[in-house]
Amino acid sequence: MDARLSFLAAKDAIPEAPVPTAPPLVKLEGFNRSFGANTIISGLDLEIADGEFVALLGRSGSGKTTLLRTLAGLDDPDGQSVQIPASRAVVFQDARLLPWKKVWRNVALGLRGPTGAVRIKAETALQEVGLGHRLEAWPLTLSGGEAQRVALARALVREPKLLLLDEPFAALDALTRLKMHDLVLALWVAHRPAVLMVTHDVDEAISLADRILVLDQGHIVAQERIHAARGERAEATRGLRQKLLAVLGGSAGKQGGVIPFPQGPLSHEAAI
Amino acid sequence: MPAFKKIALILGNSRWLSPLVLLLLWELGSRSGLIPERTLAAPSAVLATLFDMIVSGELPSNLLVSTVRALIGLAIGVSAGIVLALVAGLSRSGEATVDPLMQIKRTIPTLALTPLFIVWFGIGETPKIALIAFASVFPIYLNLYSGIRGVDLRLIEGARSFGLSRSELIWNVILPGALPSLLVGLRYSLSVSILVLVVAEQINASAGLGYLINNARDFMRTDIIVVCLMVYAALGLGADWLVRVIERRALVWRPSIVGQ
Repeated sequence: MDARLSFLAAKDAIPEAPVPTAPPLVKLEGFNRSFGANTIISGLDLEIADGEFVALLGRSGSGKTTLLRTLAGLDDPDGQSVQIPASRAVVFQDARLLPWKKVWRNVALGLRGPTGAVRIKAETALQEVGLGHRLEAWPLTLSGGEAQRVALARALVREPKLLLLDEPFAALDALTRLKMHDLVLALWVAHRPAVLMVTHDVDEAISLADRILVLDQGHIVAQERIHAARGERAEATRGLRQKLLAVLGGSAGKQGGVIPFPQGPLSHEAAI
Repeated sequence: MPAFKKIALILGNSRWLSPLVLLLLWELGSRSGLIPERTLAAPSAVLATLFDMIVSGELPSNLLVSTVRALIGLAIGVSAGIVLALVAGLSRSGEATVDPLMQIKRTIPTLALTPLFIVWFGIGETPKIALIAFASVFPIYLNLYSGIRGVDLRLIEGARSFGLSRSELIWNVILPGALPSLLVGLRYSLSVSILVLVVAEQINASAGLGYLINNARDFMRTDIIVVCLMVYAALGLGADWLVRVIERRALVWRPSIVGQ
């Protein structure tokens, strides 16, 4: 049995994401982004509900990172219809810790308030990711997994409504990655932010997300909602896995037989 | 025999042997009269003079005058360099204004300004300090400016994504990121300031190392001249040591230093 699944079986009670009925937290309508003559994203519609865990799959150059930067508020929306919550946080693939600040100061970066209170907040967040003992460490002495956990703590200490993960585990070894999956799920359950995780790993997307989007050449070409509980997905989603891989691989030549999916949440009964 | 060979090998590879041999030859040359004292004093004579000058207080007092000169000039030059680099590094219009002027300044050899500075500031302390300040501006400016511009954009972006204001960004990310470059600039500025000090002190000084050298020249006291040269060299070493101490404290987060 898969390590991540055995972990999840132990606490099966991860609640399912609410079906989006309330007004969405994130809303993009007909969003375009181009650099010069290069169109990266065109006519993209996206809604993310409060507390929903969405995975965004796509090959290199599909516009994943551009979309994430827009949702992070790093790129100016240029007057387009972009609705994002004010409280959001990003975890990048490279942890992007400031090497000249000790771990807890990195977590506390940009937090307002008296130093004592800020430090307690940072400490709590670091304990939550299992790094309570590395408060005073210099970032360059951390391992890749530790640095990424600090980055998670730094994101969560802000209690964001929207947590953006930009291939956060791509640079980690397989075992560490599985541990990080567990950690992210546990943190998501405890804090319930909406999550958009950019990844190119289909299995990662399936094991973590409520909903999976596939982005290719600036369009959402597939969209799947997974209803199976997170502990029981290995069998239930075998068909989905094949399908997503086909969409990802087949669209390479653009006329690779991909039928664009209609926009809007498309229910996928995974237990076929 | 192997023991002899071993010693020969150690001697052959040691780095202090050749300077020592040179000193020995120099001493022998002086003792035998091959090198006249008015050309170059013997090492033993130089050491004796050094001792005398320390005991009489002549050397410490003049060294103090020279050091204070260099430090005042350096303080002015470094401050100006930091301010100019911040202006040019942190704003586009600042860059457009300051950088061309600094590049023009760079093309003028500082020492060539000596006559002009004498005309402007006379022959007192002012032209000496002004020369040192003027020369030490540029290394600080250039290194800090490029350091600010070279701060990792991904770190800036990461910090921005957490809602840092511009001033917080400058204080928490850009300035610490540029600090290693600033220290490189400081190292250059220190050595430039000592170089300029040597020349500036030849301007009609009434105290300082340059005054000692000028006086010694008039009396053909080559031993005093050599002592002063040694002190200049020691000043250079001291400046280097100072920057290394500052670096060790300011850059503790670097892995090479963390690892030690």
